[in-house]
Amino acid sequence: MMQPAHPSRFLPTRRHVIAGASAVALASLSRRAAAGMFVDLPLPGGPDSRQITTAFPQKGAMILQRTRPPLLETPFEVFDQGVFTPNDRFFVRWHWAVIPTEIDVASFRLAVRGYVNTPLSLSLDDILKLPAVELAAVNQCSGNSRGYFQPRVAGGEWSHGAMGNARWRGVRLKDVLDRAGVKAGAVQVRFNGLDEPVVAEAPDFMKSLDIDHARDGEVMLAYAMNGEQLPLLNGFPLRLIVPGWYSTYWVKMLNDIEVLSQPDTNYWTATAYRIPDTPHANVDPGQTGVRTVPINRMVPRSFITNVKPGATLPAAAVTEVRGIAFGGDTGVARVDFSPDGGASWQQAELGDDQGKYGFRQWLSRIAAPKKGDAVLMVRCTNRDGVAQPDTPNWNPNGFMRNVVEATKVAIG
Amino acid sequence: MSRSIVPAGVVLVALLSPLPLRAAPPFELKSLQLDLPDSDRTFPDGPGADVINGNCLACHSAGMVLNQPALPKAAWSAEVDKMIHSYKAPIDAGDVPAIVDYLARIKGAD
Repeated sequence: MMQPAHPSRFLPTRRHVIAGASAVALASLSRRAAAGMFVDLPLPGGPDSRQITTAFPQKGAMILQRTRPPLLETPFEVFDQGVFTPNDRFFVRWHWAVIPTEIDVASFRLAVRGYVNTPLSLSLDDILKLPAVELAAVNQCSGNSRGYFQPRVAGGEWSHGAMGNARWRGVRLKDVLDRAGVKAGAVQVRFNGLDEPVVAEAPDFMKSLDIDHARDGEVMLAYAMNGEQLPLLNGFPLRLIVPGWYSTYWVKMLNDIEVLSQPDTNYWTATAYRIPDTPHANVDPGQTGVRTVPINRMVPRSFITNVKPGATLPAAAVTEVRGIAFGGDTGVARVDFSPDGGASWQQAELGDDQGKYGFRQWLSRIAAPKKGDAVLMVRCTNRDGVAQPDTPNWNPNGFMRNVVEATKVAIG
Repeated sequence: MSRSIVPAGVVLVALLSPLPLRAAPPFELKSLQLDLPDSDRTFPDGPGADVINGNCLACHSAGMVLNQPALPKAAWSAEVDKMIHSYKAPIDAGDVPAIVDYLARIKGAD
């Protein structure tokens, strides 16, 4: 039986502590100095250079994918520093450029309306008085890792950093809906935030969940993230948390909840964010006539966090390799590591379980490898027995990548 | 919100106490007023640069496009079409060929 890993085995080495310190130093640099810093994302075919920015409020050093509306990616070394992603390094993704930059907590109201017995207008004080719940959960963009799709597809050209894990504190959506009293026959609940398109005729960003999902007792309205109020760009003052589901449903700056008696036909639910209704949401490039469904549950993923692609590891010595994994819509059952491109696999030790929807650290070792090139791989299997596939999926929107990732290194 | 430093012994007593711990203090939210940065980046000079700068930068900064991979011209045409029909970008039909040609020139994969 596997022994629980000693926590210290998962702590960053001195080298990474130094890397963390340099990140602090980076965050204190002037905008002008930071503007000169770039990172290369190894995206096939490029362009792979991205600016590192410190220009966004409440945010440290982030990879700039787009200034307006903001798309900010978490630099991957952050994921080696622990299972919870710091708020100031948590990724940012907005659809529309009109984002309120001033939020007054006294006057903010959340409307709960539509197919309910008693429409509500809740202040933040009202919400803070409801029973508080807390849950660790991964928030991952549907298009995380889109930049690795081949053939390449248009969209946010993310590397693997459009994800993060936080401890979310807030109230159950069910409790809020029960206060309003959902009428019999309700089918969906639609969520809207304070952001707006520049062009008034453009579709306001809204997402819907089926009524049973909305009332499952897990979906929540979060007012805190890792013990602090949410950063503005992560959805202050309220964000919908949909554990195990892609981030598109996690509506930011949530101020309107509408219970629907008919299925939602708005663009963002009915037309956008759809995936092929096929295994792994996979189709052949150019394939047409495939039935699509709204993107929904996440699938397992895992990453090495302490060895970068192209690194040189010592021959004839033991190297510890560690990283993070998550099960998608359920917990991590096991993580397997391969030091030889998938020829052999060894079960990794797992770190503390902080909740089935969160990141889980894992640890393994490469024992005395021979000189030469090597490919390191890691594979997560979740508690439903779903494992990461060996071949990458493809679809025209670049959604749901979860192939076993390969890290090429040199030994010697 | 300031944090008081509590002697370790007090913490230990609190943890060992058989009494229920007092409920955590109510969470406090503070109003925010912040500025978001903008981008003054424009599309590189070349045929059609004025047209793409004039039509596209109202809704999004140029970096989004400049970070895209090389794509077939048909894919660029589909993107511009999506901006107009799905996202209601007020682009004059007469400007569309110049925009698509510009994108296919700087980011083409045909």
